Amino acid sequence: MLAWTIYLSFAGALIEALLPKNRPGLARALALIVALAGLGLGVAGFAAGMGQGRILIVDALWIPSMGIHYLLAADGISRVLVLLTGLAAVAGVLFSWNIELRTSHFFAFFLALIGGVYGVFLSFDLFLLFVFYEIAIVPKYFLIAIWGSTRREYAAMKLAIYSFVGSAMVLIVLLAAYATSGSHSTSLDALAHAGLSPQFQMWAFPLTFVGFGILAGLWPFHTWAPTGHVAAPTAASMLLAGVVMKLGAYGCLRVAMGLFPRGMDPWGFTIAGIGSWRSVFAILAVIGIVYGALVALVQTDFKFVIGYSSVSHMGFVLLGLMTLNRIGLDGAVLQMFSHGILAGLLFAIVGRVVYDRTHTRQFADLEHMHLSKRLPFAAWAFVVAGMASMGLPGFSGFIAELQVLIGSWRAQPWWTGAAGVGIVVGVAYTWRALQKAFFSDAPPAPHIQDHAHALAPITWPEIAGFSLLTAASLWIGLYPRILLDQIEPAVRTFLAAGGVQ
Amino acid sequence: MNGFPILTLLTALPLAGAIVAFFSGRHARGVAMISALLSLASSLAVWMRIPANGSMGLAEQYPWAPSLGIEYHLGVDGLGALMLVLSAIVALMSIDAAHRVHQRPNLYFGFVLLLEAGLFGTFTALNFYHWFLYWELSLIPAFFLIKLWGGPKRGPAATQFLVYTMAGSVGLLLAFLALYLCTGSMDFTHLSLLAATGELEQMVAAQLGGHIMTWLAIGVLAGFAVKVPLMPFHTWLPNAYAEAPSPVTMLLTGAMSKMGVYGLLRIALPMFGPQIAAMRTPLLVLAVVTVVMGAWAAAAQKDLKRVFAYSSVNHLGYCWVAIFALSIPAANNITQSSQAAALNGVILQMFNHGITAAAIFWFIAMLQERSGGLRGIDDFGGLRKPAPVFAGLMGFALFSSLGLPGLNGFVGEFLIFRGVFPLSWVSATISVLGLLITAAVILTVIQKVFTGPVPERWASFPDLHPSERLAMAPVIAVMILIGLVPQLITDSVNPTVAYLLAHWRF
Amino acid sequence: MNYADLFRITLPETALEIAALLVLVVDLAFLRQSAMRVRATVASVLGVAGCAIAFLFMLGQGTQTFCATGSLDTALLSTGGLIAVAQSGILALTALTLLLLIDSTFTRNPGEYVAVALMSAVGGLVISGAQDLLVIFIGLELLSLGLYVLTAFAKLSGRSAEASLKYYLFGGMSAAFLLFGFSYLYGLTGSTNLHQVVQGSITSIGSGSPLFYVALVMIAAGLGFKVAAVPFHLWAPDAYEGAPAPAAAFIASVSKVASFALLIGIGTAIAHPFTDTHLLRSGMVMVHSGPLPKYIGLAGPWSILLAILAAASMLVGNLAALAQTSVRRLLAYSAIAHAGYMLLALAYPTQSPRSNEAVLYYILTYGLTTVGAFGVVGVVERATGSDKLDTFLGLQKRNSLLAAVLLILLLSLAGIPPLVGFWAKFNLFAAVLSANAGVVPFALVALAVGMSAVSLYYYLQVLKRVYVMPAPPDMCCVDVHPVTAIVLALIAAAVLVMGCMPAVLQNWIAGL
Repeated sequence: MLAWTIYLSFAGALIEALLPKNRPGLARALALIVALAGLGLGVAGFAAGMGQGRILIVDALWIPSMGIHYLLAADGISRVLVLLTGLAAVAGVLFSWNIELRTSHFFAFFLALIGGVYGVFLSFDLFLLFVFYEIAIVPKYFLIAIWGSTRREYAAMKLAIYSFVGSAMVLIVLLAAYATSGSHSTSLDALAHAGLSPQFQMWAFPLTFVGFGILAGLWPFHTWAPTGHVAAPTAASMLLAGVVMKLGAYGCLRVAMGLFPRGMDPWGFTIAGIGSWRSVFAILAVIGIVYGALVALVQTDFKFVIGYSSVSHMGFVLLGLMTLNRIGLDGAVLQMFSHGILAGLLFAIVGRVVYDRTHTRQFADLEHMHLSKRLPFAAWAFVVAGMASMGLPGFSGFIAELQVLIGSWRAQPWWTGAAGVGIVVGVAYTWRALQKAFFSDAPPAPHIQDHAHALAPITWPEIAGFSLLTAASLWIGLYPRILLDQIEPAVRTFLAAGGVQ
Repeated sequence: MNGFPILTLLTALPLAGAIVAFFSGRHARGVAMISALLSLASSLAVWMRIPANGSMGLAEQYPWAPSLGIEYHLGVDGLGALMLVLSAIVALMSIDAAHRVHQRPNLYFGFVLLLEAGLFGTFTALNFYHWFLYWELSLIPAFFLIKLWGGPKRGPAATQFLVYTMAGSVGLLLAFLALYLCTGSMDFTHLSLLAATGELEQMVAAQLGGHIMTWLAIGVLAGFAVKVPLMPFHTWLPNAYAEAPSPVTMLLTGAMSKMGVYGLLRIALPMFGPQIAAMRTPLLVLAVVTVVMGAWAAAAQKDLKRVFAYSSVNHLGYCWVAIFALSIPAANNITQSSQAAALNGVILQMFNHGITAAAIFWFIAMLQERSGGLRGIDDFGGLRKPAPVFAGLMGFALFSSLGLPGLNGFVGEFLIFRGVFPLSWVSATISVLGLLITAAVILTVIQKVFTGPVPERWASFPDLHPSERLAMAPVIAVMILIGLVPQLITDSVNPTVAYLLAHWRF
Repeated sequence: MNYADLFRITLPETALEIAALLVLVVDLAFLRQSAMRVRATVASVLGVAGCAIAFLFMLGQGTQTFCATGSLDTALLSTGGLIAVAQSGILALTALTLLLLIDSTFTRNPGEYVAVALMSAVGGLVISGAQDLLVIFIGLELLSLGLYVLTAFAKLSGRSAEASLKYYLFGGMSAAFLLFGFSYLYGLTGSTNLHQVVQGSITSIGSGSPLFYVALVMIAAGLGFKVAAVPFHLWAPDAYEGAPAPAAAFIASVSKVASFALLIGIGTAIAHPFTDTHLLRSGMVMVHSGPLPKYIGLAGPWSILLAILAAASMLVGNLAALAQTSVRRLLAYSAIAHAGYMLLALAYPTQSPRSNEAVLYYILTYGLTTVGAFGVVGVVERATGSDKLDTFLGLQKRNSLLAAVLLILLLSLAGIPPLVGFWAKFNLFAAVLSANAGVVPFALVALAVGMSAVSLYYYLQVLKRVYVMPAPPDMCCVDVHPVTAIVLALIAAAVLVMGCMPAVLQNWIAGL
């Protein structure tokens, strides 16, 4: 049943592409229906999967000559991420309600991207996962290049090339693994049990991790992210930061760590205190957390703050993955969900609610606009979203970051200290952005006063989208058990299967 | 064990009220008043129901996120229930004082009610997760209340308030994370039990190392030191109190600072007794400094709000002295009864100072309103003539703050001194200075504001309206009542004191 | 020499020849006064019919070998197995390029065009099944001479003539090289049969002789020219740019298929020298491979040569394409790059027919995609007069069918799933790696994958103009003939469907 999320999305994309150009209302309605259907299916699948382990959805022989199966299944982690995608999709459609230029094309690319993302989360055959992963690349390019803002063509191309290079790395490993393992199947289980030699895993792991990590915002391969997020139109940034970066992290988890666990073993020697790929990537993750936060602190463009904060938050996910203990991995998956929602919220507010009305994202201009009076919805929405993003208790980010910190303490206390610094700086840059953009006491500038006279009123889709995302974050923050009950068994199985120490 | 969830409802009530208030536009104040009155009634009902033997009652305990040791655990004993009543009273007074909120009253009263909900939550939560949640969440409404409706320098004041308090919270969070790592639990009662038998220290030493427990204690103390405050972590306070609108200051001084003292009693002393005992000398020094310098600084102020801001620091300083004095080893009966007296004194002082300080700021708000925003000591004079009732009622509040026997302010301070003197006569003696200076300050205020010749402009200073008298009369009545018959409170609180002292280990 | 057998085995070729002559006759005799459209349509239709009949004949042939003296040591031509696959591809692609002729205006002699094209196709069919050096040469020349003529067919275009001349000069020289190399081989081994030559290189004289290497290099030069491998690629951009669109499509597809079929044949012979010359179902002349190590005899140097050509082609092709502003030249350099990928698989053949099948899969689907791409380019050129990138601006608004077709085809060339180009590449690289020949092929596959990533950039440049950038106000709609539209749509649909279900084509190739 969950597989219909994929099919409906692609079908929706196709129909959108064929819709007549002068009926934007029809395009929007169709997109919303498809997104809601996907969300509904995701929720139903989530509920049906409570207490179950991995549920097989479909297993059909696809390309017999290489033993490739069209294998879709869902375990707890997949279900959680499918739910996230559903929420992000609906919110994305709602926040794109005001797009007038080539509306049907926009939603066609949007739904195609969503379909690809659903596919990645539900694939349990490596080849199939890779296919869906690549399918998601091209719609991103067009979404940013056509409907984006600052330097959109450059940003779109950068994103596309980085993603493609990352997936090229994964392709090399996939080919090599298939060739050397002698297994006649590319399903994840078969490859995991194919007995790949430790030497093979020792180079396959970092290559795959980096390949997927590029998309996850692993420092220093993250540079596509701030430019890309800023250039992208609101819905695309929401999806990019909210869901697509999670594709990378999911790939790191399922593929790199799942198939090549011996690659994380100690090398037997240490260089500057680093003795394994696991340490390398954990340190890179921590650097990403702190670097992203520090750079966010000095930005003058509102959207760049959020862009760099995404890099910082994704660092938590990657750190959680490298802790290799139950609580750290729980935290990593929960952070994927939490940050997915929160990034969507933040970009929606900055892009749709503020930028579309004020046409500026520079703090220097926003300071004089007194938006807390003119756009109270945006101001208070950002307060809520900002608090959540900071990791205030009661919202989903707190529990997730807490778990990652506990997990990383158990693994290596130094990482925790540095990550903690990242949290503190996180509070700082969020607060700074809040102050400067909405609650500044600077005098209102006259020319901006005139121009901003007609700030358009808040529309119902914006309220609906905001409510959906905030409710999700609050609910998970107050009652994380809903997700943890699904994540924990899946993580336990994952750790046991990989024989990870 | 899980009966009617009255504590959850108690916290939910102002939350619901806040949501209604957000949408009520001009009528927000009315909504807030109704909500506050209902909260007061509920808190009094809770007060009636606490167990007679001083242990935790009205408990609600449900699993929340078992893998992280998080439970939804609420409960009150005498201490908690008293704080609930205090918060309800102070919130009601604050809402009453806020006659003239012109800008976005719906937001204002919504935030006040959210703050009240945060207070209720902090005083009833018994698992760190929810306790910390309410602790942090109450900062946000407070920040916005200062930032959006405050005085000319409200921006920096609000930011300073937020940053300091959050920084202090980091220490709390880290300490509890460490405790969770070592014990797998975040529950206050469970951790207190472990500490009482000495197991907690052993577990921490085993997992993290020998000296870590001391660092954890420092972290926890740091959080509360900023909140209450303890000098020299108090620097955020004068600005915040001064720039906040007076009704908000009532909340800050009346209730929010008590969150810190409550935390000390619920968390720091039960779990980190030995560590505090080991550090008690420097801590006592800081406490005494707080008492004396608080009063001294108050004497130097020219702005009424700042005078009483520092005076608050001074009054809560006595609590600090008593708390640290408790850690002095109790061997014989005398020491035990001194400890009991001191702890009773602390709790009483929390309540009394809350009421009194809130009342004083209420009166200052009236002064500001009637004089067009003035609040300097020297701006007034001889108000006793045009506004005798005002002077009379405010006089009660001021004398209570001074510690006049017969009014409530005396009882708490008396018990504290009664308890601390045998335990640490040096601290007690030096703290008496604080009493003396405070007396001088209060008398100066009375003299400058109410006595002396009446300047022209105050000749027609309006007296209290009947509605205002009605609003203040119960408060003054409580002050007198508690001053004369403190058993009304101590009878219910003392069992809790005994219970707590029996379970604390230094 | 049993001429009845020869006739039987060359039935498809004969059908094409007759069709060519028929077209000439019909056009010259009956249609002189008719409109150009009609003449072009009739000629195309007759050509397509000829291809169809040839295809039927070919299917009916099964697997046979024609030998000069009855012994397999003198085998000249074979059919069946992978040869049939290659020949089917040649016929299908020829038919498609002929259909593209219907809409074109570059010539007033469509009949002659079709005739020459068909005769070139004959040459291609011959090469695919050739087992003898001289037969190879005949077929190659037949193919090439036709191509030179086709390139020059746009008589009014100076570019066309220039391109053809370059092509011819280059081609003639490389044919000379090829023949020279063949002559050395004959001299060294005493036979012109491919297998005799290879066996002779091992058993009689030994592969240590330097003359063998000289011969190999010559042959590589000659064949490298045909597939446009670096450094023998210099003719390709000019030829692709100057030739009329259907002719460019023909060069890019049919001649490539034929050339690679030839390379497969030679490569197979080299890699499996000790033949039981049994013609198994699924191979070119096929083999029991003995217990000998893989790269003995000529196989080692052959492998190294091809690997060098492959690496150079991948690098130069992709990197040079980055800088192009003309879509045709961009396609030309990308063709060089794709040739590089395929040469890689030929450099490291597997024991089983897997690598050969992978190469054929690749070249067939690549040919199909290229025909479509040149079809679109041709339409746009006719409407705007040039093939520069900027003429594609805003194509999605000017003609959304062409834009969609171009999207699918270019993304397939870049190797994006779920299009067939992705599977073709994946299959190819998997085949190379499964040969397990060490670190070097692995490194080269990594290079190929990396270069593939680079190629996305320049394909996106075209698509950016088509979909992202707005059309300048003075650019008008692009009209397209219904037949062309149908052909292009079918090609795009095939690329998409085959991409989603790659097993269909694969099973067909393996089954033949």
